[in-house]
Amino acid sequence: MRESRWWLISLGAAALMAVLLTVHMGLMHLTGLLRAAGVDLGDVRSFAAVTARGRSAAQLVFYLLFLAAALYHGLYGLRSVLLEVTPPRAQGLLAGLVLLAGLVAFAYGAYVTVRTFTG
Amino acid sequence: MRSAEAVRLHTPRRRLGVRGWVYAGRYGLDRYLYVLQRVSGLGLVLYLFLHIYETGVRLRGEVAWTATMALFRHPVFVFLEFVVFAGFVYHALNGLRLIVAELGWLLGAPARPVYPYRSSLRRHRPWVYALMLLTGVLLALAAADIFALPG
Repeated sequence: MRESRWWLISLGAAALMAVLLTVHMGLMHLTGLLRAAGVDLGDVRSFAAVTARGRSAAQLVFYLLFLAAALYHGLYGLRSVLLEVTPPRAQGLLAGLVLLAGLVAFAYGAYVTVRTFTG
Repeated sequence: MRSAEAVRLHTPRRRLGVRGWVYAGRYGLDRYLYVLQRVSGLGLVLYLFLHIYETGVRLRGEVAWTATMALFRHPVFVFLEFVVFAGFVYHALNGLRLIVAELGWLLGAPARPVYPYRSSLRRHRPWVYALMLLTGVLLALAAADIFALPG
């Protein structure tokens, strides 16, 4: 695939992340403001709340999409930065290592998400 | 033929290396926004990997999870949470601005280059100020929540 396509996918992932990450950050890190606005979510980081959320099919889809988009966008950006200081001969190796890191992180993150969903 | 000294003086420095990432030269504000976009992006990638590992703690049971969450209530981690939030807000808003500019929107209509020139960067500048203002407002709200309001 041409480099411009990978770049376009990264832009698409960024747009998706802008929505998913805003929801995630708002619900996980701004609970005090939400409570002040009349929306009390309780202790969203308690074990009971985390496992209850994890058993929802909507959350499963949300977090798998989130994980894929975040890893793709983040590692595409990291690769672009590192390519600037990598000699041409080593650029293929660099791309391979970044891809490997992304696949391992996605596999682990997806495993945790699916294991929480299935209980 | 020019002297070696004249050639050296008139040849642009090609290899600034990593210093070139933070050297704005005559590009000013937009260059610093670009540097901050990179720094925040690299920080968020690092945090992403730590966050993926940390979410896996839940598989080790309630005791391990509760101990990890108690650790994150330490003031150092609370401050780092704000730093991550700030990085996210800036990176997301500036990134959306860059995508919009990349698509050719909000740059103004093409015009003849009549002196004094007004570049698309300058026509776009009000959006940069609006972005900074919005970032500041969101960070003030986040600071109030993370440091002052009970979670």
